[in-house]
Amino acid sequence: MSARVLVGVKRVIDYAVKIRVKPDHTGVVTDGVKHSMNPFCEIAVEEAVKLKEKKLVKEVVAVSCGPQQVQETIRTALAMGADRGIHVEVSGKDYETLGPLQVSKILAALAKKEQADLIILGKQAIDDDCNQTGQMTAALLDWPQGTFASEVNIEADKLKVVREVDGGLETIKIKLPAVVTADLRLNTPRYATLPNIMKAKKKKIANVKPADLGVDVSSRLEVLKVDEPPQRQGGVKVETVNDLVRKLKEAGRI
Amino acid sequence: MSEIEVLLAEVELLFLGREYPKGADYSRDRLRAAFAKNKDVHDPEKIKELISRGEFVVKELEALYYLRKYRALKKRYYETE
Repeated sequence: MSARVLVGVKRVIDYAVKIRVKPDHTGVVTDGVKHSMNPFCEIAVEEAVKLKEKKLVKEVVAVSCGPQQVQETIRTALAMGADRGIHVEVSGKDYETLGPLQVSKILAALAKKEQADLIILGKQAIDDDCNQTGQMTAALLDWPQGTFASEVNIEADKLKVVREVDGGLETIKIKLPAVVTADLRLNTPRYATLPNIMKAKKKKIANVKPADLGVDVSSRLEVLKVDEPPQRQGGVKVETVNDLVRKLKEAGRI
Repeated sequence: MSEIEVLLAEVELLFLGREYPKGADYSRDRLRAAFAKNKDVHDPEKIKELISRGEFVVKELEALYYLRKYRALKKRYYETE
């Protein structure tokens, strides 16, 4: 099979870090904070590499959009088994406002340029939780989509995708080329071992600018304010059932 | 040859230890102590045994990190009964 898979990976604040809102409420603190690959993107890379190991696809290309630091994230994907990387340079204000619409335009342009047959993305990023990039990319390319995938199988020129939906699982068959977004149970991502990290240094990362792809990254959204969620109120202990009923009535609950 | 293997094992554990919940410093100090303790072992059989013990620890750490992440994400993104 001569298929080429494009995998999008996003550099986000590490999942285990305690997020703090900036004092001016314009965003969250990112300086000096640990960043890593979005967990759902890790699952996407793993799936692509698995397909290559099964000899169902020929090449896995990892893509990330952002400033210089995202090259670390691309290198992690290369260490996990991707063949080469593409770094789409976006920095400064453009990077702050970069969102699913711009990223999906970039991915669509890259998919055409690289003649990709399959795009695998994480279902959502743990920082913005948009859950839009995969869907938008499919729409821009007019490709079918298998989102929230917990299982993916290639059967001839079609993709069988088991999707996690409210109330259970849905199995669909879609034609290639297609976009798939990875859900938590799709697979268990491998750890990038030291020998693989070393080998990955030899793999190429190409640099590209959005303008080269004919994409305008200006945003149509403006973030007005970022706030912390409300603090959890302490619970109240009551002595008797009557007290409980009284308190509930006071709170207007019954 | 085994010197290189030992070095690789040590560096691998060092890298992995960075993510340890008790902190990168904690794991680095314990790693150094463990390797220093066995510094004078020359018997190739014993060395092989220690290296595979190191590989075992690597696997344990990877499993620990994966479970931690999986459970955190499951809690955040999926309905818990």
